[in-house]
Amino acid sequence: MLYMDPRFTEEQRLNLQRRLGLDRPASERFVRWLGNTLQGDLGDSFAEGRPVMDIIKERAPRTIFLFLTSTLAAFMVGYVLGKVLAWQRGTALEYGITVIGAIFYTIFTPWFALVMIWLFSYNLKWLPLGKFLDPTVWRKIPPDSPITANLIFNQLLLTTSLVALIILFLAIAVRKINPNKAGPITRGLSFAVIAGAVVYWVNYPHSNLAWDIVRHLILPVMTLTIINFSGTMLLTRTTMLETLREDYIMAARAKGLSEREVRDKHAARNALLPVFTSLVISLPFIMSGGIITETVFSWPGMGLTLLQAANSNDIPMIMGAFLFIGTLSLLAHLSADIAYIFLDPRIRYA
Amino acid sequence: MSTASQSGTLKISQPLWKIRLLGIWKSLRQNFALFAENKIGLIGLGIILFYALLALAHPLLMGTVWDAKIYDPFIGNDLSIFEHPSPPSAKHLLGTDPVGRDVLSQLMFSTRNEFVLGLLAAVITVTIATSIGAIAAYYGGWIDALLMRLADLINILPFIALLVVLSAFVKMDLWMLALVIGILSGFGSTTIIFKAQALTIKVKPYIEAARVAGGNDVHIIFRHLVPNLMPLAFLNMMFTVTNAIFTEAALSFFGLLNVRVSWGIMIYMTQVSGYMLRNIEYWYLIFPAGVSITLLCSAFYLVGRALDEVVNPRLRRR
Repeated sequence: MLYMDPRFTEEQRLNLQRRLGLDRPASERFVRWLGNTLQGDLGDSFAEGRPVMDIIKERAPRTIFLFLTSTLAAFMVGYVLGKVLAWQRGTALEYGITVIGAIFYTIFTPWFALVMIWLFSYNLKWLPLGKFLDPTVWRKIPPDSPITANLIFNQLLLTTSLVALIILFLAIAVRKINPNKAGPITRGLSFAVIAGAVVYWVNYPHSNLAWDIVRHLILPVMTLTIINFSGTMLLTRTTMLETLREDYIMAARAKGLSEREVRDKHAARNALLPVFTSLVISLPFIMSGGIITETVFSWPGMGLTLLQAANSNDIPMIMGAFLFIGTLSLLAHLSADIAYIFLDPRIRYA
Repeated sequence: MSTASQSGTLKISQPLWKIRLLGIWKSLRQNFALFAENKIGLIGLGIILFYALLALAHPLLMGTVWDAKIYDPFIGNDLSIFEHPSPPSAKHLLGTDPVGRDVLSQLMFSTRNEFVLGLLAAVITVTIATSIGAIAAYYGGWIDALLMRLADLINILPFIALLVVLSAFVKMDLWMLALVIGILSGFGSTTIIFKAQALTIKVKPYIEAARVAGGNDVHIIFRHLVPNLMPLAFLNMMFTVTNAIFTEAALSFFGLLNVRVSWGIMIYMTQVSGYMLRNIEYWYLIFPAGVSITLLCSAFYLVGRALDEVVNPRLRRR
């Protein structure tokens, strides 16, 4: 920390301590911090000298994006694989995938992230080593232009969420209009929406800058997805096995439905509920993984900020970053709870 | 009258403790047979035994074959090798690290720490979680509400983030970390599982019978509820061990722990001294520790899953 510099005189040290408010007891500082926080003032970071609020505003979207994309991707992959796995009971494939899944579930995240960097960035040179952007690309834009990394990134974030929302509504609408052919139609429409978004970004005047950010995104999202999918996968398999004993599965089979239809439409839908509950429970776990991943990839989000603050005893920054991560976790919980109402019509909050 | 005379003539050939012990042994053997049906669980058990042997072998090797000056996990240094880190050789099976210490020796020394940390954290977690879960389920009402909201609160916070914040204010060593992990997961996620299980036990007839027989609350909770939670507790210990070892490794990888040698520190050292993204020729610096953490964590996890099938009959094969 700043006041550890040996050239400081005792007087300067005390002055600095007083200025930062470090001469007061911890309880009083906490009460003050609480009061200021309620008024929207998180104080100034010791290390960067900027208001903590500004730092959070700058870096929060990066963390939110990483968290959302990897959580959704991991859930989808895990659900589909778990579905298939339950149907392979007792085969070598089941053992193989279960062991691999358990290894990914418990793999040491920093080590795995480093191996990914080593493989894809260092050896194959497909993707950048880490960080958020490549300065050599960004230096070419004139310094007075309004284009900044955050601007482009926020637009990317907006596009992604818009695409996801449109596809969601399309899927619901198509199912209402024509439930028999919902699958192919939804797939075609979603493909069209995604293609439209890609075409828009390719024709965007600074598409090379956007591509640079996306290139930096791929590896962290991929790493987080691989780490997180297996929990969902293993649980989907277990609940599927329990669902398969229900009478309605036997009824569906007796109706003469194909195995695939029994699996996807009767067993998997009912197995989804407990899996979704466990996703809600594991959200903080995914976020912990995100903090580790951000650190290894030097991804300048809130996780890396928290860790750097903890290593440099930057107390306002630690409290701010932790407040942000806690709030994000809380909001994710809340939205998952709300989504649960739609998944299970039996639940009604009065 | 007749029952009394009958019980008087009943001859007990063995002392009671011997019968109980035999009963335990029998159920253990039956449960192990169930456990052994699951090959994956056996693999996990094998890995755990392998690492336990590694941990036990270290003091033996240090006492006999290995020279303390060369193989000490903290200050050892092989002066006969010109350049450190050196690749694996007959003398150093996994090479030496950038400071000249034997990698295998460090690995084996750390194994013991990981076991101590994991088991201690697990015991603390399970002790807290069984008592809290049983109490919350038994009394219900405001005690239940208070304890469960506390559990929700701890559950919502990301574990690693919370520990990072804590370690910024307090420098933690291994014992402290085990205590913190134990308390956090004891009051947090594990309690909810135990409470749910305790609720199903609470409505069983034998609890009623115990109350009719005049058992007070403490007696019912600790003699009837808690023993029936034990299978679940044993199963949960496995998952807590996984969690604890992982957390320790992650925190030491961040350089936040006050620990001299551990698997996480070995990776941290490699990264700090800049051998991480060199070529594959330095694999022996990062792979042994990384693979060990992953293997031991997944071994405990796999054993936990196999035990889950023993404890929870619904998961068994038809």
